[in-house]
Amino acid sequence: MSDTSASAVAFVRTESVPASAPPSNAAGPVKWVKDNLFAGVGNSILTVLAILAIYMVLSKSMPWILNGVWDAPSLSACREILNGETGACFAVLSERWNQLLFGFKYPAELYWRPATAFVLLFVAAAPVLFFDLPRKLLIFTGLYPFLAFWLIWGGPIFYPLIALIGLIVAYKVFVAFEKNNFTMALGLGALSAIVIWYLSGFVGENSALLALSLEAVPSRDLGGFMLNMMLGVTCVSLSLPLGIALALGRQSSMPFIRYICVIFIEFIRGVPLITLLFVASVMLSYFFPPGSGVDLFIRVVIMITMFSSAYIAEVIRGGLAALPKGQYEAADSLGLDYPQAMRLIILPQALKISIPGIVNVAVGLFKDTTLVSVISMFDMIGMIRGPIVASTDWNGIYWELFGFAALLFFVVCYGISQYSQWLERRLATDHR
Amino acid sequence: MAEVAKMQVSDEVAISIRNMNKWYGTFHVLRDIDLTVHQGERIVVCGPSGSGKSTLIRCINALEEHQQGSIEVDGTLLSSDLKNIDKIRSEVGMCFQHFNLFPHLSILENLTLAPIWVRKTPKKEAEELAMHYLEKVKIPDQANKFPGQLSGGQQQRVAIARSLCMQPRIMLFDEPTSALDPEMIKEVLDTMIELAEDGMTMICVTHEMGFARQVANRVIFMDEGQIVEQNEPEEFFNNPQSPRTQLFLSQILGH
Repeated sequence: MSDTSASAVAFVRTESVPASAPPSNAAGPVKWVKDNLFAGVGNSILTVLAILAIYMVLSKSMPWILNGVWDAPSLSACREILNGETGACFAVLSERWNQLLFGFKYPAELYWRPATAFVLLFVAAAPVLFFDLPRKLLIFTGLYPFLAFWLIWGGPIFYPLIALIGLIVAYKVFVAFEKNNFTMALGLGALSAIVIWYLSGFVGENSALLALSLEAVPSRDLGGFMLNMMLGVTCVSLSLPLGIALALGRQSSMPFIRYICVIFIEFIRGVPLITLLFVASVMLSYFFPPGSGVDLFIRVVIMITMFSSAYIAEVIRGGLAALPKGQYEAADSLGLDYPQAMRLIILPQALKISIPGIVNVAVGLFKDTTLVSVISMFDMIGMIRGPIVASTDWNGIYWELFGFAALLFFVVCYGISQYSQWLERRLATDHR
Repeated sequence: MAEVAKMQVSDEVAISIRNMNKWYGTFHVLRDIDLTVHQGERIVVCGPSGSGKSTLIRCINALEEHQQGSIEVDGTLLSSDLKNIDKIRSEVGMCFQHFNLFPHLSILENLTLAPIWVRKTPKKEAEELAMHYLEKVKIPDQANKFPGQLSGGQQQRVAIARSLCMQPRIMLFDEPTSALDPEMIKEVLDTMIELAEDGMTMICVTHEMGFARQVANRVIFMDEGQIVEQNEPEEFFNNPQSPRTQLFLSQILGH
């Protein structure tokens, strides 16, 4: 004990000392800057270099962007307006806006149809992406593919309606028999759908429903970013279930199924997508019955779906392998059969583990839809390289167009990536 | 607790294993196993590691396949027929060393899943059943948490409750306390003792010899895939016959 305390007077504090603000070197912006930008000599040099690099990029690009011309009929007119000054010719975007989005053949008076389909896409996707929303909304999600098909392609409502009715009947049959036997229910469901579609061939020709019809637009008239979105959305939503089936098939104890899946996956992964697309555009018609003339769009969807489902299958196989064996055993020991164990126990966990990989494939797939420009489909890139740049008005303009395409793809892909991160956080129930 | 051991065992045969053999590749894991378990009997299986005790009870609900001999559970012959396997699995509950709860489902969902999907119990009834068994294992307040939020002992009790929700006639325990901290072992053993008092047919692979003394009416000692010795607990612990059993007991009770 020091003599200070010995000599100290008895003391009781009756009120607490008020908290004082920390000094500027302990918190606040000054501390942040010191810690993160100028923590040492090396750090300070890097900071200065980075600021210099950012300045150099912005000093060139900002005048170009800010001084951009948004209204001009052609590149030469645009250059006249600029009069030698630096500036972008964004006029190409405003002038060819509709072509970039819808392609150059889609009838202009019908643009409202794909636009409606695009807006409704968000309504349809919402309950799938955000499962806290009421489950009743899924009914619209189920109707959406048929509605979107009808809006975009037009034609009599009879065909999408019959396709829908066939699937509804198949689903009802499946549910009715599901509790007895999963495989049998699946088979009976498929059979009943085929019967419905076959029968509709007889009534179809003279049906009054054929009268209720939108103006038909053939597939070859689709184009622009709309085509990328259509291919992306269709192929992602088809390749996910196919990928799951392939991943499970690859683990099957039945050698026949296992080998089919292994051969399919290894073959598709071993072939470049562009090769498959050429097969789709040139050779695939040999495999269909003569004269059936399966639409190029469908052929491309089949090829891209097969391609990405092989990759998704491998991603999901990784997720399945990451699950402890005990999960399979616990499901077995409770008496769950194989489809139940997969659907309720194994896949929910395996898919959660696979989210980053699946999103990786989905983003890649969406960007790969631009490859269809090589087989002379006029998607966004096809439009830029073809009708727009090749026109006399806009010959020689690149930065503005490809920059815009890059921005559009970035927005969509970044959105997908942000969603997947939210999903991972939302599904984190294991509290590891 | 001595009353537990004296409780009446019925003559009805619950499990009958005849001449069962199993190989992993060329390795002969189980050799000529003969075992009859009566309804209401509580059997503890012990033995050194690698002696095949876990494999034995995993064969009873077909988590492992046996290659020779026969296993009959409640009169149903275990064969490669999936119908029989599913029937047996829904009659036989199992608890694992690592609990194997479903981490993506809440405790309540863990418990109601099998009754709803296998027994086709309506959801409301299944939930009442689940709450009943959660109360029985004394953690009804954890119903809406996820497995990852519970302690090991609580998780194992949930796992026991999950099996009980299928209202099994037989319970298998595969080293249920081996992965637990010492202070949590007691809460799990207490749950198992209660279960035994209710007359459940139980086969436990465990190294808890106190539990064996208190609850079992038969202790089975296995070594190298064979049943070396079986006897009532008093006799087994005080007067082991084979030298292998004597060595084992001296090692695990020696300290």
